[in-house]
Amino acid sequence: MTDVPAASLEPEVVPRPTAEERWRALRTVSRGDVVYRSLLTLLTLCLPAVLLVIALELLVAALPGIRAMGLSFLVHSEWDAVHDRFGALPLIVGTVYSSAIALVIAVPLALACAVFLTEFAPRWLRQPVATLIELLAAVPSVIYGLWGIFVLIPLLRDHLWPVVKPVLHWLPIFSGVFYGPSMLAAGVILAIMILPYIAAVTREVLLAVPPAQREAGLALGATRWETVWTVILPYGRAGIMGAVILGLGRALGETMAVTMVIGNNHQVALSVLKPGYTIASVIANEFAESVTRLQVSSLFYVGLVLFVITLVVNALARFLVWRVARGSGVGSTAL
Amino acid sequence: MKGRLIRRLTGSLMTGLTYGAAAVAVLPLAAILGMLIVKGAGSVNLDFFVKSAVPLGESGGGFAYAIVGTLIIVGLACLVGLPIGVGTGIYLAEFGGGWFGFTVRFLADILNGTPSVVIGIVVWSLVVKPMGHFSAFAGGCALAIILVPIVARTTEEMVRLVPNSLREAALALGYPRWRTSLFVVVRTARAAIVTGCLVAVARVAGETAPLLFTAFGNQFFSTRILQPMAALPLQIYDYAVGPYDDWHRLAWAGALVLIGLVLVLSLVARLVVGRGARRHA
Amino acid sequence: MNPAPSPAPQQPGAPRSRTPQPGAASGAAPAPAAAPVPRLAAESLTAWYGASTGVRNVTLACAPNAVTALIGPSGCGKSTLLRSLNRMHELVPGARVTGRVLLDGYDIYEPGVNPVRVRRTIGMVFQRPTPFPTMTIAENVAAGLKVGPSLSRARRAEIVEHALRRAALWDEVKDRLADSPLTLSGGQQQRLCVARTVAPEPEVLLLDEPTASLDPAGTAHIEELVQELKREFTVVIVTHNLQQAARVSDVTAFLYLGELIEVGPTARMFTAPLRSQTEAYITGRFG
Repeated sequence: MTDVPAASLEPEVVPRPTAEERWRALRTVSRGDVVYRSLLTLLTLCLPAVLLVIALELLVAALPGIRAMGLSFLVHSEWDAVHDRFGALPLIVGTVYSSAIALVIAVPLALACAVFLTEFAPRWLRQPVATLIELLAAVPSVIYGLWGIFVLIPLLRDHLWPVVKPVLHWLPIFSGVFYGPSMLAAGVILAIMILPYIAAVTREVLLAVPPAQREAGLALGATRWETVWTVILPYGRAGIMGAVILGLGRALGETMAVTMVIGNNHQVALSVLKPGYTIASVIANEFAESVTRLQVSSLFYVGLVLFVITLVVNALARFLVWRVARGSGVGSTAL
Repeated sequence: MKGRLIRRLTGSLMTGLTYGAAAVAVLPLAAILGMLIVKGAGSVNLDFFVKSAVPLGESGGGFAYAIVGTLIIVGLACLVGLPIGVGTGIYLAEFGGGWFGFTVRFLADILNGTPSVVIGIVVWSLVVKPMGHFSAFAGGCALAIILVPIVARTTEEMVRLVPNSLREAALALGYPRWRTSLFVVVRTARAAIVTGCLVAVARVAGETAPLLFTAFGNQFFSTRILQPMAALPLQIYDYAVGPYDDWHRLAWAGALVLIGLVLVLSLVARLVVGRGARRHA
Repeated sequence: MNPAPSPAPQQPGAPRSRTPQPGAASGAAPAPAAAPVPRLAAESLTAWYGASTGVRNVTLACAPNAVTALIGPSGCGKSTLLRSLNRMHELVPGARVTGRVLLDGYDIYEPGVNPVRVRRTIGMVFQRPTPFPTMTIAENVAAGLKVGPSLSRARRAEIVEHALRRAALWDEVKDRLADSPLTLSGGQQQRLCVARTVAPEPEVLLLDEPTASLDPAGTAHIEELVQELKREFTVVIVTHNLQQAARVSDVTAFLYLGELIEVGPTARMFTAPLRSQTEAYITGRFG
């Protein structure tokens, strides 16, 4: 610091370093960057590690069951804790069936909602309605279940079913006596729960449709609805598929609400009025009370099946949504 | 001429149907909130917040133990989950351009889609089984696992909203990358990150399934984190599926409190994030 | 104590092409404004974006206490050249630089040199004002001091005031130092950014079209400021406004398609350009 400072016009300013001093200063390393990045990388590694641990632990815990029963577990419908005989068929069928009912109800509604929010609704109404629909996704599952038990089931059983019974009772899917807790109740609850997910993602997909597409449709003399139906929806097809599959993923893994309204019965039935069971709800119901080692392992086995199913479904959905989000509308014609 | 009329009628009809669909979609929210208030509001009183469960047959009692339990379990989850989630989100936004970032983002979505009940049994197997008993700690772990991917993705989005010009300005001032990231980029996105975390916390606070075999529930007031502990959603579930009217009454009241907590957090967060995003635009 | 790294050009760390580029006035570094030792000098500088180049084989010297203007049509590489002078260019993914940039004779691209330190010595102001929205006006000015040696409160306040005075902003903001910088007008914000850049006492100032987003009043303010600043700093300014270059600079360099076409004293460049391309640009026949 004793070197003659380079011309400094301000007396109160620290003397400027000489070129040599500065040269030495320039060559320091910022260790903070290395520390910061390593720390963040370490935190970031937790997530893949957790997922890996989940997959491995499921596999390890399911191993006794896999060894004892193999793949036949997946096609048997017996569930007998006393004699240690387990089969997951009713659970898998119930999981798929309830989700399918949910999709049948939710998809048209969700798509219509998304179209409403992006195309037809007056501008001042769009954000409030979108927020309300998103709040639907924030309602805890157990509250849906509570509402399902005390409001939805009585509504379906005492008010809706008596009205439509004369028209529909001859259909096999509506056969039998309707006691309340049933596949239908589970499907309706699931539909309400996944609707906001599908609507929200579809809305984003539709918002990503370039305005030029819309204008081109209108310029050809099509009505607004025709533009939506022939131009906008087909354009976003891949993304909408992604949204639907995302909703499916939610429905397949949903636990509490379904457990509370589905009736929890190990049987495969065609009628939606009959009680059923899903993978998630059998785990919720029986895990804490499992008696034998094989029963615990069987529950891990179905858990593993559920994990794999949702993994595939979610991966597919992300893939589809990402393709659209990346801005390559090309992908949508391929599907 | 007739063709055009039909086309226009179809258009009007379908437009009307989308209005109807939107109404039907919003209806359950109104129905649920209305029912919660009708059935639950009468039981939400001081007793509800300060008393714990009473023995069967006696009426009255409250959810104090469950509310405290939820706060403790969610607090534990935040302690573990928020730093990991926020750190992952910052990493993804700042350094996540390569294959590693892409993979983590994808895995976060997968973990986010993993059924919470599956996470519950895995935590049972990893924490509860070795320890020999259920515990609030295990419940916190399960909720933390659910929290991480949600927080990571929202944090990433919020950090990405910070314009690159600010980053460059800091670097041009001779800030090292870590200082730029922490004191300029993350600091600018701070409000948005906090509210994103609030939304995520609100969501896990309502989770029931992963607590069934971890925190398990407890009929008594307990603050010991290595012991079974009650939680609001667990108690709602137990009381809802139980046979007594008094339990049902408490379940509704509990649900009203839970949804109040969740919706207020989400709404507040939404307002703040909306404002923050507009300022950056 | 004299480690004596010779100020003479050292072993170049990066490979550089020695082949003369056709059409470029390469080689023979012009000695503008009769400055004996250039403060900042680019030697055979090539800036890459992946496999393509933004700037090719530029050799340019900037004299101390003078303003060097870089002009040329949009996309000619003048901003890229400027960003290569304080190692900001390499922040763009896939970007790199070959050749050398000498600060008082020392190559800032030599391996082992910390780019963060380089940027502290060679400050930069951007096209658009970039105040940090979460900091107050005073904190913004002091932002660059945080990474230097620690200072007392009083000392820091002194430096903030001095920097704001140098940026001709003190009188306008002295009563609201604790306000958000977003309450300032665009021109004021840009002067705030100038104050923020000069507060840590850099030695060279790089200005990247600092008036591009300002109205005429704001522009005039910044131009006056540049005249003031050159008394203390070596200034390099990128501008697409020829009048501005003529008004504020001592030396003007004309770039076209990534190559340095011509460099010389501003007065001469605007009255008697040596190359036809320069003349065509200055007379407005392209660009």
